[in-house]
Amino acid sequence: MFLALRELVFARGRFSLMGGVIALIAVLMVMLSGLSSGLVNDGVSGLKAMPVTAFAFDQGTKTDNAFSRSVIDDQQLSAWRGVEGVAAAEKMGVGMANATTDSGKQVDLTLFGVEPGSFLEPSRSAGTGLGDTDGIVVSSTAKAEGVDLGTVVTLDRIGTKLKVVGFTEGQATFGHVDVAYLPLKTWQLIASGRAAAGIPSAAQLSALSFDTASVVAVQAKPGAKLDLAAGDTAAGTSSKSLSAAFDASPGYEAETMTLSMIQVFLYAICALVVGAFFTVWTIQRKHEIAVLRAIGASTGYLLRDGLAQAAILLVGFTALGVAAGLGLGAAMPDAMPFALEAAPIAVATTLTIGLGLIGAAVAVVRISRIDPLNALGGQR
Amino acid sequence: MTNPTFPVAGTGLAGTPQSTGLSIRHAVMELGDGGTRVTALDDVSLDAAPGEFLAIVGPSGSGKSSLLAVAGALATPDSGTVTVHGQDLSQLNQGRRAAFRLSNIGFVFQSGNLIPALTAADQLRLVNRLAGGPKTFDPIALLESVGMAHRAGNRPGQLSGGERQRVGIARALVTGAKLLLVDEPTAALDRTRSREVVELLARQSHEHGVATVMVTHDHDVLGYCDRVVEMVDGRLVAAAPVA
Ligand SMILES: Nc1ncnc2c1ncn2[C@@H]1O[C@H](COP(=O)(O)OP(=O)(O)OP(=O)(O)O)[C@@H](O)[C@H]1O
Ligand SMILES: [Mg+2]
Repeated sequence: MFLALRELVFARGRFSLMGGVIALIAVLMVMLSGLSSGLVNDGVSGLKAMPVTAFAFDQGTKTDNAFSRSVIDDQQLSAWRGVEGVAAAEKMGVGMANATTDSGKQVDLTLFGVEPGSFLEPSRSAGTGLGDTDGIVVSSTAKAEGVDLGTVVTLDRIGTKLKVVGFTEGQATFGHVDVAYLPLKTWQLIASGRAAAGIPSAAQLSALSFDTASVVAVQAKPGAKLDLAAGDTAAGTSSKSLSAAFDASPGYEAETMTLSMIQVFLYAICALVVGAFFTVWTIQRKHEIAVLRAIGASTGYLLRDGLAQAAILLVGFTALGVAAGLGLGAAMPDAMPFALEAAPIAVATTLTIGLGLIGAAVAVVRISRIDPLNALGGQR
Repeated sequence: MTNPTFPVAGTGLAGTPQSTGLSIRHAVMELGDGGTRVTALDDVSLDAAPGEFLAIVGPSGSGKSSLLAVAGALATPDSGTVTVHGQDLSQLNQGRRAAFRLSNIGFVFQSGNLIPALTAADQLRLVNRLAGGPKTFDPIALLESVGMAHRAGNRPGQLSGGERQRVGIARALVTGAKLLLVDEPTAALDRTRSREVVELLARQSHEHGVATVMVTHDHDVLGYCDRVVEMVDGRLVAAAPVA
């Protein structure tokens, strides 16, 4: 690295320009990664937090928005309960609702109807659990919208009143909307379209003959491998593992695909730009490399030196860019779905450096094709 | 300084190559391809003994650089043998040839000789590192011997043409090579500088027993050389003895 370091210092102007581009790419990578994590959280954090192995949708349900589209009944539920390896299975209702708080603020909620006390009931950071016919446990992120313990939200149009009795642990959103957990019976009352204005009464609930829900949530026994296909055949459903079910949440697939595509392009740009720079740089050094080879420098030494130079440049400026990106990310407005998570940022950093190095390597390999004879006889 | 008793170039050299210095026997090399092939070296035989300072003159395109390339293990002749310090170069593969050049042959090129990013001292340090030389290597002492110690910290861009050539000569001597190949060292220099550089080369070869082969167009400096041979159309012919 004797030569590599001295050349970095000597041609610092050129290398800083290139480094600036690398740093900006790294900043963009961190931003995209944060946006991507943020959107994922916003889209499916409500699902992610659930201790569920798989969701079973009614057979033939279209993937997009499948959660609110699917309808399952008790027969399908009991079929799933009989499948080998299933620890627990519960009906779950999913629906979207617009509501107004008692202070007149309009909020959007995703209603998750779950059996109180079942494994689907969320862990809470505050308040009590589900139980009361009108009690809801809301995503902790709803606090930012002015929702508090004891707040009463009235569902628009039907006028059903629900009271906030608890907050989830961490963010629980679904399709970019805060989740409100409520007892399955209450959910069914609302879904049946027969809910009256005001607090849902026990009498109303017991009179209801509506026992369908949206999906069957299945939890596998620890260590057991679920045979989803067997369950589907028995129950007449089509099931998806928890992470595969993310695609069934509103807009999830489209959003993540768009962002992944931008990231793939950015990696390609990084490799190409770094490759182009080192191609020009190597061509500029052609005579000097011919002289070094004529003197007797081994090809291996020159290649190692060239690659070390690229590595120093990439690692240095990517680190700078990531640091700047983290700083910018911390300053993002709350309204923006943005989450800085270590793992995706580490992956993005590694890929930026790795692909940049591949680009540089393709260029630096030229060194081995430079003929030491070029050193003789001046500018031939 | 001249040594008229030395055998002059031509075809009359004895068959066995000498075990020190440079020996070229019946080297033939063609360059180019298809219809445009030129015979750059046409049955060339040449010896350079340790401590001898030899000049090659001749018109442009006569094959002088080709001869240096063959002598310096940069190109392989189509036929004939090249022996440096008793080592037949045709016996070496690509990688070994580079290693052999590094420790046994010093090069001084016409221009673009030095690495732009390195100071004069670092030019020498790099070669010492390449050759795996001693950690205690002192570039300043070597620069002193070519009168360049005061410019040790300067990069080539801050040196004059003559100073660059002096640093280049010092660099060629880092590994203690006993064969020095020099291609038109004075092409970019004025008379005084040219003389100084060639005088330095003469002194280095005589004091350190280095066989030096220098290609030059500059007839002014031939007085410093022990022997002068001329190339014409790829053949070596004896030149008039130097004054
Ligand atoms: N790479 C090459 N391909 C084809 N022909 C070449 C090549 N290099 C040199 N030649 C030809 O070989 C002959 C000898 O070239 P060489 O460079 O040895 O001449 P030279 O005596 O050094 O000339 P100059 O004084 O101009 O440097 C010339 O006719 C030249 O055109
Ligand atoms: Mg020449």
